[in-house]
Amino acid sequence: FRLSSLIGHISTCPSLIGQCCQRHPGSVDEFQEELVIRPLHSGDIYASFQFRTLWDTDFLQEGQKVSHYRLFPKSLGQVLSKFSVRELHISFTQGFWRTMQWGQPFIPSPPGAELWVWFHDTVSDVDGNWKELTNVLSGIFCASLNFIDLTNTVQPSASFKPLGLGNATDHRFLRYATLPREIVCTENLTPWKKLLPCGSKAGLAVLLKSEKLFHSSFHSQAVHIRPVCQDEQCTSKAWELRQTLNVVFDLYTAGQGKKEWSLFKMFSRTLTEACPLATSSKVYVDITDNPELFELSPATPLLSQAVVLGDRRTYSVYDLSRAETFGQLRSLNLLLRWKGDGEMLRPLLHAERYVAGFGLQTGEIHTVIYNNHPYRAFPVLLMDSVPWYLQLYIHTLTVTSKSRDNKPSYIHYQPAKDRHRPHLLEMLIQLPPHSMTEVTVQFERALLKWTEYTPDPNHGFYVGSSVVSALVPSMVAMNTNFTQDQPLFSSFVPVKEESSYFVRVYTEPLLVNLPTPDFSMPYNVICLTCTVVAVGYGSFYNLLTRTFQVDEPSLPLAKRLANLIRRIRGVPLLT
Amino acid sequence: MGLLSDPNRRKALTGLLTRLNTPICIVCYLAGIVWFMGLAFEPFTLRTYMSENAMGSTMVEERFSSGERALSLAKEFDAHKRKAGGMPVEWLVKAMQSRGLEVFTQSFSRKLPFPDENKERYMVRGTNVYGILRAPRAPRTEALVITAPCSPGNTNNQAVALLLALAQYFRNQIYWAKDIIFLVNEHDLIGTQAWLEGYHHTNITGMEYSPLQGRAGSIQAALSLELSSDVITSLDLVLEGLNGQLPNLDLANLFYAFCQKLGVLCTIQGKLQRNDWDTAEGYTHAAQTMMLMVLKQACGRSWGDHGLFLRYHIEAASVRGINSFRHYKTDATTIGRLLEGMVRKLNNLLERLHQSYFFYLLPSLSRFVSIGYYMPAFGLLAVILLLRALDLWVHLGAPALAAVDGVTEAEQPSSPGVLTVLTPVVISHLTGVALYLLPVHLQEMAVEHFPVSETEAVVLTAIAIYTAGLALPHNTQRALYAVVMVLLSPAFTILYCVFIYQELIEAPVSVSEGWMLFLSVISQGILDHALYGSLVYPLLALFIYPCWLMFWNILFWN
Repeated sequence: FRLSSLIGHISTCPSLIGQCCQRHPGSVDEFQEELVIRPLHSGDIYASFQFRTLWDTDFLQEGQKVSHYRLFPKSLGQVLSKFSVRELHISFTQGFWRTMQWGQPFIPSPPGAELWVWFHDTVSDVDGNWKELTNVLSGIFCASLNFIDLTNTVQPSASFKPLGLGNATDHRFLRYATLPREIVCTENLTPWKKLLPCGSKAGLAVLLKSEKLFHSSFHSQAVHIRPVCQDEQCTSKAWELRQTLNVVFDLYTAGQGKKEWSLFKMFSRTLTEACPLATSSKVYVDITDNPELFELSPATPLLSQAVVLGDRRTYSVYDLSRAETFGQLRSLNLLLRWKGDGEMLRPLLHAERYVAGFGLQTGEIHTVIYNNHPYRAFPVLLMDSVPWYLQLYIHTLTVTSKSRDNKPSYIHYQPAKDRHRPHLLEMLIQLPPHSMTEVTVQFERALLKWTEYTPDPNHGFYVGSSVVSALVPSMVAMNTNFTQDQPLFSSFVPVKEESSYFVRVYTEPLLVNLPTPDFSMPYNVICLTCTVVAVGYGSFYNLLTRTFQVDEPSLPLAKRLANLIRRIRGVPLLT
Repeated sequence: MGLLSDPNRRKALTGLLTRLNTPICIVCYLAGIVWFMGLAFEPFTLRTYMSENAMGSTMVEERFSSGERALSLAKEFDAHKRKAGGMPVEWLVKAMQSRGLEVFTQSFSRKLPFPDENKERYMVRGTNVYGILRAPRAPRTEALVITAPCSPGNTNNQAVALLLALAQYFRNQIYWAKDIIFLVNEHDLIGTQAWLEGYHHTNITGMEYSPLQGRAGSIQAALSLELSSDVITSLDLVLEGLNGQLPNLDLANLFYAFCQKLGVLCTIQGKLQRNDWDTAEGYTHAAQTMMLMVLKQACGRSWGDHGLFLRYHIEAASVRGINSFRHYKTDATTIGRLLEGMVRKLNNLLERLHQSYFFYLLPSLSRFVSIGYYMPAFGLLAVILLLRALDLWVHLGAPALAAVDGVTEAEQPSSPGVLTVLTPVVISHLTGVALYLLPVHLQEMAVEHFPVSETEAVVLTAIAIYTAGLALPHNTQRALYAVVMVLLSPAFTILYCVFIYQELIEAPVSVSEGWMLFLSVISQGILDHALYGSLVYPLLALFIYPCWLMFWNILFWN
């Protein structure tokens, strides 16, 4: 398998992007909203919101000054044009997506904050733009993105390709950074909601109440901006802003033992109307496992089939733009009643990571990638960005599958520079069918300068998730036909061929303890050091450098006086 | 130092030291002992206090209420354990799964170097079952561990059941910030060792185990629970771990704080705290508790499942339920609440426990002796060595000094040649190496030629090699000294420790029982070294014993 073909798959073909958006002739901007509810095998429930705004302009063209914003948020539009951003992906996640229980998410994201940006190739000072951009975004999203600097920014060579128009491959214009420690809360949700055309006043966004969203097992919100084609021929460009919010509710803790769910229980609101600005506003409920797993009411006659992530799923569709959806009560409150219990899934691709060893000097990072496909081998791209204070011994890098050495066909390694840039390791690994592949690399923990420690150094230091990107062989034929009106959740990463689909899996971040001095006793340390230096060193130095001479014992005073008299008298002196 | 640069004063000082050497040594020795024993006297010790800010003020309300359910679960577990004739793995997996945990198993096997007669095991095969309670919105970076060993017979059923009941209760709470791992390990320490090695992907003791499938990041703290009856009269806290390591003192403080809060009688070293510190009995009690702690640490073995966690920088302690014949009873619900409170407090931790002491002695749970207080006692004892060495050094140099003025010291060759010194040194150390290696390696041969079991063979070989070392030089003129030397030898020290220990835990033994205990202590020491990496046996065999042998040799120097 060649790298170029994989990269080719990840980056998209312009014509496909254009086809996926059905345009109403004559309209300038367009807004779509969508909610997918998928009951998970573990008994949890997964709700995924997607809001898409299309902006019919190309403000990166020379000499064009854009001042009119209709649906597209002005704050983001200005940022895009000022920093010549070609593509921007930002996600804030609280929690870890449990692939083994929940399967694959529609749009994956690592714990904490993740930001990756493709700049336009006219930008001369990419690092400068990146620095300024992160500071601006930090203000827009009320997040600590300003902590992104050169020490945690990398330029992946193959793992992150543009998802929108154009096939840029020069990774000098790409910047990728994660903040695994970032905590996501309501202050990040509010600015995110403000970017929506209807705010949280109408449409699906009324469900986004923070007290419920943050009472869950997993919460992730993201913003994806990319250029797409306006029509099938791709004659002109449009900007697409996709805002996604994924949340997983826990049946055990929030359900109080009852296996029953409703929109009201999940979000403490029901739906009463669509966003008036939206061209489409739909709720999808995954009923593929119906009727064994759960019971859904009110029933809907509208069904839709979609092939998502290598699986053919059936959805009940509730179209909010139609009055009959809301029934006589003028509100839609979906109700799900569980019947059975599910078991652990076997997702085709799954990865995890941990630190092995003990002690504070060395350690070993283990990344384990599972290919659970019964008979197909497929390649994956593994990307690891490790902070400089874990000094990787790259010669200890081993990749083993089925207890045999598995030589990666492509390795891109950029060593770290102390206090300047992190390690970047990218590898293309072929995963044999039904196998476990283990990537290990040893590291040494650096001793930081005393001002470089965080305020809670004994908590440990975070290492961001590693990223596994792959084209996974699909069990069913993937849908490559984009002429029909597709739901948003299945159209984010376009599919190029029927036999495989693109998946990105993030491992858990690591918490590594570094050797930490006892900060609570700097005074004692200073005192002790000073004492040792003053008393010990001083006197030893004195002893070692002094020359000793035997001194003639001086005569007592009486004898000296006697000698004086004797000298005068001229008799022999006393000794 | 100005004192030393002046030859006259230096001479005076050395003169003083050599003249008064013995009295000074005796004074130091007595002062050291008195200082150390004084540490158990309450007015001289500090009251324990919670240093960790995150665990400070108690704002936790315990609501665990399914103690009764746990007890019925214990009966069920007991029935399944009997049916399976060991650990009921399938039942445990189901029980944990139905409580909403992610459940994984790990199988392990270990062939002991020789049969363990205390626990009657040789080829150990077992399975650990553990369930992970995933904290909501946490990125799997931190975890807490609660373990309960699945012991043979009908001991510890209640611990496993309480563990499951806690898991069920914890699963329904929303406040967890760290994942919680519930581990039921088979074959007590061997299982724990296998699990820890699997979790950290290390192999330090030659254990064979299947790799772990589920992990939860770096483990911050661990609690081990041992409970064998439905009601208990007191809870005992066990802190001493492998090689005398101790968890952070805050963990003990946490336990004590919750015992106080819930009104549970708590003990350490099985000794209840007394209030009458000013009476002789009160002082003796505290001194006994402290001496027990010293002895337990000195023997280097892990006194509970928690002891093996300490190597991995995981603060851990064992909580052991004791049912004696007191009137005061505590039920399972209260113990559950105590654990709930402790785990919730640990869950609040922002950093690893590091604020409080790692080196301490506890004369009671509410009083502690920090390293700064007990080190002077050790220093006073150690300074004797320095004084004696100084004395010898001065005596060696004295004739030369007297002859001319300094300088010529170096020219005089030391009376015995280097080779004559080297031979006993090498022989002593070789004997030490033989003592370290041969008992385990020669067991097969010994079993073939003598009518003994493997364990006996190992112990007897060790004793034989040890005694053979005494044959090194021969001179029967100083018989009295020889007897004193033998009585002060490492093996006899162990023997005394056995008797002292039995005396301290108020279970005195007769001489023959003591001898049997001594033999089992030796075999346990060798096993602990092979199984868990305890350092006492190599320390004795490779360092202390050869040193003692050299003394023995010097004693008979012609």
